[in-house]
This record gives sequence, C-alpha cells and structure tokens, in this order.
Amino acid sequence: MSTTPAGPRPKFLTIGRIGMYCFILVCAIFFLMPLYVMVITSLKDMDEIRAANILNLPKELSFYSWPKAWSQACTGFVCEGLKPGFINSIKITVPSVIVSVGLSAINGYALAFWRFKGAYFFFGLCMFGAFIPYQVMVYPLLKIEDALGIYSTLPGIILVHTIFGMPILTLIFRNFYVSLPIDLFKAARIDGGNFIKIFLYVIIPMSAPITIVAVILQVTGIWNDFLLGLVFAGRDNQPMTVQLNNIVQVDYGVAEYNVDMSATILTSLVPLFVYFISGRWFVRGIAAGAIKG
Amino acid sequence: MSMKNSVEVKNISFSYGKTEILNDLSIDIKEGEFMVLLGPSGCGKTTLLNCIAGLLDLTDGQIWIEDDNVTWKEPKDRHIGMVFQSYALYPSMTVEKNLSFGLRMMGTAKDLINEKINKAANLLQINELLKRKPSQLSGGQRQRVAIGRALVRDAKVFLFDEPLSNLDAKLRAELRYEIKKLHRDLSNTMIYVTHDQIEAMTLADRISVMKDGLIQQLDTPKQIYNKPANLFVAGFIGSPSMNFLNANYDKSNKKIIVGNKQIVISKYENINNLMNDQQVVFGIRPENINIEKNENSIQCKVELVEPMGADTLVWTSIENNPISIRLEGSSNFNLNDEINISFDINKSSIFDSKSEERI
Repeated sequence: MSTTPAGPRPKFLTIGRIGMYCFILVCAIFFLMPLYVMVITSLKDMDEIRAANILNLPKELSFYSWPKAWSQACTGFVCEGLKPGFINSIKITVPSVIVSVGLSAINGYALAFWRFKGAYFFFGLCMFGAFIPYQVMVYPLLKIEDALGIYSTLPGIILVHTIFGMPILTLIFRNFYVSLPIDLFKAARIDGGNFIKIFLYVIIPMSAPITIVAVILQVTGIWNDFLLGLVFAGRDNQPMTVQLNNIVQVDYGVAEYNVDMSATILTSLVPLFVYFISGRWFVRGIAAGAIKG
Repeated sequence: MSMKNSVEVKNISFSYGKTEILNDLSIDIKEGEFMVLLGPSGCGKTTLLNCIAGLLDLTDGQIWIEDDNVTWKEPKDRHIGMVFQSYALYPSMTVEKNLSFGLRMMGTAKDLINEKINKAANLLQINELLKRKPSQLSGGQRQRVAIGRALVRDAKVFLFDEPLSNLDAKLRAELRYEIKKLHRDLSNTMIYVTHDQIEAMTLADRISVMKDGLIQQLDTPKQIYNKPANLFVAGFIGSPSMNFLNANYDKSNKKIIVGNKQIVISKYENINNLMNDQQVVFGIRPENINIEKNENSIQCKVELVEPMGADTLVWTSIENNPISIRLEGSSNFNLNDEINISFDINKSSIFDSKSEERI
C-alpha cells in the first residue's frame, strides 16, 4: 500500500471554472464601463466630445473641466461650482451621522439588555419604521418642521436625516448587542454598573465593528441623498447632490459634458473613498450583526 | 459554620410571561455554608440563582441577604460576587482592569484597589496574567480570573453558575479542588449551581436537588446519596445510577416479589411502614450488591463487563430488569458466567410506586 494519494491532483482549471471567470470578467466590464466613460469624458475638451466616439481615449488631455466643476460651474444663478455644496454636505453629514449613530447605539443597547415593558412593541415599530418609504413622510414632516420653525435650516435637515436613519440603525445595533453574551451584562451589573456606566465602559469598547458599519451606512446614505436635501435643506444649505443636479440640468446655454462628468465624479468621491478604506470592516460588521438576531 | 442564616429565600415565585419557573420556593442558607443547587437543565436552579443575584425580578416573595431585605435592591447592593459559566470577562480590558472594574465603579482608592488585586491574584496564582487580555488566556485561567473578580469585591455571598461546565475533565477536577480550598480558607457563604453530581457531592455542605422548580430534597451529600427522598433523587444521584426493581410486598414473609424472584427485606429500616401487597420500587446502588451465595441470593448470568480501572461494573438482569454491580477492579468475570447476587438490604431504598416517595 502506497501512502501517497492515488493518481494526480484533480485539475484546478475546469470548464466550469473558465466559464465562471468569463462571467466575472463580463460583469466587471459591465459595471466599470460607466466609470471609464465618465473619467475619459472629463479629460476631453468639448470639441473632441462632439467629434469622437464616446469610448475613445482623449487625443490630448485637458484638465480644465475639473477646476471648473469644483469652483466655477453655474448651479442655477450662482456660478461658484460644487465647492459650497461640498461644504454644505459636510455640515449636514457629520452631525447627522454622529447624532443618529449615537442615539441608535443607546436604543439598541436598551432594547437588547434592559428589556423594559413594551420593548417588543418598540422593536416592531422600528422594524416598521425601517421599511416605510421616505416619500410618505415628507409632507407631514415638512409641516411639522415648519411649525417648529426649523424648516429650510441646517438643524432641520440634520433632524430629518437623524429621524430616517434611526429605525434601521437601532435594529442593527440591537441585533449586534443581542449576539453578545448576556453574562457580560449581568457581570457588569453585579460589578456595580448602571445604565450609563455599563454602556460606556463595557458595551462601547465592544461596539467597534458595528459602529463602523453604522457610520458607513449613514455617511454614504446621507451624502448620496437628494430628495431630503432638496426638500428640507433650504437654498443656503443645499447639499452637493442637489447642486450637481443644478449643474447637469441646464435650461440654457450648452451642456458641458466634461464638466458634468467631473462634477459627478467629485460628488461620488466621498462614498467611494469610504467604501474603499472600510470595505473589509463593512463585511465583517454586517456579518457580526446578522448572524444572530 | 454558624447557625445564623446568610441568605433567606422566602416563598419566591418567578415566571417568564405565562411560564411559571419557580413557585412558592423557600430555602435558607447558613452563614459560611456551601450550598449546591443541583438538577437537570430546566429545573429552575439557574433562575433561582439569578433571582438571588437580583438579575431577575421576582413575581412574588422576598429575598434576604445578611439580615437585609434585598428583594428590590440592585445586584451591586447585595454584597454578592458571581462567577458565570461563560466566564463573562470584559473582552476589551486586561485581567487587571477586569478585576478592578467593580472597585473602580464604586470609586475605591487606587492603593486599596491594588492591594486587593494583589491579594486575589496571589490566592488564585494569576499574578503573571494581570497585563493580559482575556483572549490570551486559556479556559482555566479565564475562570480563575472570573473567580478573582468576585473575590476582590469582598462579597459576603459568592454565587457560582455552573463555573466548570465549559472546562475539560482534568481542569474541572483541578478547579473544583481549588474552589473547595477557597471555601475552606475564606469561609464565605457560597451558592453553587451545577448539573454535575460529582461537583455537588464533593463541594457541598448541603445539596438542594431540584426538579421542575421544586426542591426535591435538601440535605447533606451523604444523606442524599444514601437516603434519597424520592425516586427522582435516587435516579439522579449516583453514577452508575441506582438499580430499580418493580415489586410487590408480601407482608407475612417480609419479602418483595419481582416476577418469579423473591427478596427478603426484613432488615429494611422502615419495614413497618409497608403494607401488604403494596406496589413498591426497590432501589439498590451498584456497590451494595454482593456476589455471594446464601439462602437469600438470586442466581443470574453476566451479560456485560465494563472494567473502569478502580472498579469493574458487571451487568446482569433480574426478570428482564438490568442490574449493574460495582466490584473491585481486580475482579474477573466473563460473559455468561453464572453468578449469585445478594443485596445489602439496610443500604437499599424502597419507594412507593404511586407517590414515588421513600418509605
């Protein structure tokens, strides 16, 4: 009897595998094509865009569309480019993310560990809230904010993003915390922790993966939002997406496709960047929160 | 051990929604006593421990610890320390921070904290581990740290929730020994939940055997082993478990009749409580069966032999009821050997078939 395996090792590259790679390749091309077109179009001048095929590489690189999109393109009546929108988007996103993630973490913690009376009902409400389409609530919320006097203000739009983010974030945090061993919480209670102390010293240090997921979801969600920004932010606080729309949707003059493309890429840079640096964490955190729940 | 009660559980009830786990349960635990709550899973022993710790709110009743009604007090105000099956060490803190967490929460002075940590660390031999994170410890080390965390709090009562169940057999025996030593040295009141009868027998001053939220028997390990109060306790305690024979009592001859076989039980302590023709269950432990031929022995065949090192277990049967006999490890029997067995009647237990209570 020989102790070596009988026969050669099975071939790695089978027909099925080749087929799979072809499929993956086609998918990659399909999804990367728009990005390719955007990048090369932004690097052409208008004459070349009009003259040549959309897929052709630029004959000579022209970068003028980028600074123009950033600081000179006209958004409606003002011609300051996307820069003010970028600053507005940051002013909206940062506080909205901090407030909604912070509150949702506390909510999730309370739902998971301090089973108060009616906790399940509240849990059901969150579930319900997470699946209601935004549009249904836009008008009532507008009236409420108007009555509160914060309609068309920065706090107004921050409040709206916080409200819409909280149901799903609360569920995510709650599911993550439920998967933590309950004995930890019991031990902390015996060790003298109260609601706040246990949250601060025991729960938060363990929350990194799920917090990263929540932050990614919120940053990309709020940054990419168009509808709420358009309705609630007011003229002075228009986020980047709304200004991008104003650049692209010209009613008069010529459509500058290269500027449009530059502006679009600039607008999507933040979410792209967030995904690139945190993709690993994102997958890990989603899995951690999803396994038990 | 003094006569003073350390923990008094008075008529407590607890239910999850409509499911009643504990109903009107009372138990007194003396100062310095090692009380083991023993029972199969789902018997309510962990629920009872959590109620004592204040981690679950009672539906009814009171809990007193050290002459203080703590029924509605927070866990931290009950003078207790608790050790969990899953260790429950805070994963983001070092061993040192884990030990000091409770003291820091109470705002204890730094010097005092260090002093207490050193004392506990010496006692449990975890000095070298103080700077490590729980993830860098083995199971046994983790449980030592968890015990240390209860120690530094100067708890009057220690609660253990199946602390050794996650460890392998060798470590379990090692830590069991250390817990016993700890109790000897500290003489705190300890309440210990387990489903492992060896732990219960070795550690306990008294064992409370539980089933379906009721205390079946509360007594010393010896008494519980030798004089089980009912059929459940008799079957639950002891490994290999007690042999049972369904029988009828013949009062005039002081015999019980099992099918075609008869066993004289005139030496049974409470024989006068038996009535003629009463349906009973005769219980006898494997070590109380002897292989010897006398006027009262029963002939049977060896059906299986299990050598266990120190002892050998010989299996036979009487009227199709399997019977195990514990013999010396050196004894030598073969399959189908004819043997004569006799019972130590004064060490047997006889239960009423209907009520399942000991007679």
